[in-house]
Amino acid sequence: MSFDPAITLFSCHYTSQQSCAEEGKELEQLGFPSSINLVRVPCTGKLQVTTLLKAFEDGADGVYVVGCPEDGCHNVKGSIRAAKRVAAVREALKELGVEGERVEMYHLPRGLHPEFVEKGKEMDSRIRDLGPSPFQN
Amino acid sequence: MIIAERKPMAEIIEMVQDCKKVLVLACRGCVTVCSAGGEREADILASLIRLGMKKGGKSIEVLTGSLVRQCDREYIDEIDQWNGEYDAVVSTACGVGVNFISNLRKETMVYPALNTTFFGGSAEQGEWTEQCAGCGDCVLHLTGGLCPVARCAKSLMNGPCGGSVDGRCEIHSDVECIWQSIYDRLGSFDRSAQMEVIAPIRDWSSAGHGGPRKVVRDDLTV
Repeated sequence: MSFDPAITLFSCHYTSQQSCAEEGKELEQLGFPSSINLVRVPCTGKLQVTTLLKAFEDGADGVYVVGCPEDGCHNVKGSIRAAKRVAAVREALKELGVEGERVEMYHLPRGLHPEFVEKGKEMDSRIRDLGPSPFQN
Repeated sequence: MIIAERKPMAEIIEMVQDCKKVLVLACRGCVTVCSAGGEREADILASLIRLGMKKGGKSIEVLTGSLVRQCDREYIDEIDQWNGEYDAVVSTACGVGVNFISNLRKETMVYPALNTTFFGGSAEQGEWTEQCAGCGDCVLHLTGGLCPVARCAKSLMNGPCGGSVDGRCEIHSDVECIWQSIYDRLGSFDRSAQMEVIAPIRDWSSAGHGGPRKVVRDDLTV
């Protein structure tokens, strides 16, 4: 049974800045899934485990983070820290008997590149396959 | 400091199954320093409890709070500010904290969120290692300041054993043979002859084998 997922994306300012140009219309024209709610953060290293869990508590079926390349973070280690926290949330989800694939980390170049849209589509497809969040009961 | 780790979530969710409201209570002592049970970890646990219960089709109200320490009577009194707001406390303190609340608040059900593991130190960021066993009869003055009770897999008092290979312990190549390190360290102070002094058979009663331990300081009691 198909459903319309709610996916929360936390993206760093540098990776997403051009994605938000013209109020995101360019992104929409490139086929970026409408299921994704983009939240910009100054640096993904600022994201806490609780921030990611709160997104699930607020009804997200999937959550992902897009930060700078590991060797090219504007804040040196911000995206590496984010990846560690995403991994911690993934393990916590597994402990609760929930698919760890519902949370993901991507390291992408700055600006609006095709990969930014591709990864959005990838998450959208993945979450549609997984179905609604088990936390929606 | 006391090192601890969060219990598996399945175990914690099982504890609070029948609760409608819980207080996740952090400790700002050792477990904050080792990132197991401070305010940040309590917030994470609160979220995981809400999610875990929701997945099971149950709702639960989860409050969070913290005490300066959960191992002192004066700080335990601060729990009273949440009176009537919870069915049970889920403590992210070490086992001492859970015991102290149980001792002092007869009417309060307390669950442990952590497994208390050992006395240790921070070897590097995110890594803690056992350094002391709290055995109550310290021999560090004889062993170059390195503890064979806590750091030798066999707690040998006359080491090393035959399982010491290239400075590593036979239980795992990641584990240093502390008796090799003791030998090397004593040698650096020209005291390796100390290794030839046979340690007598040890009385382990001070290590808890004689029952729960207690320290009383007459100069401090009033």
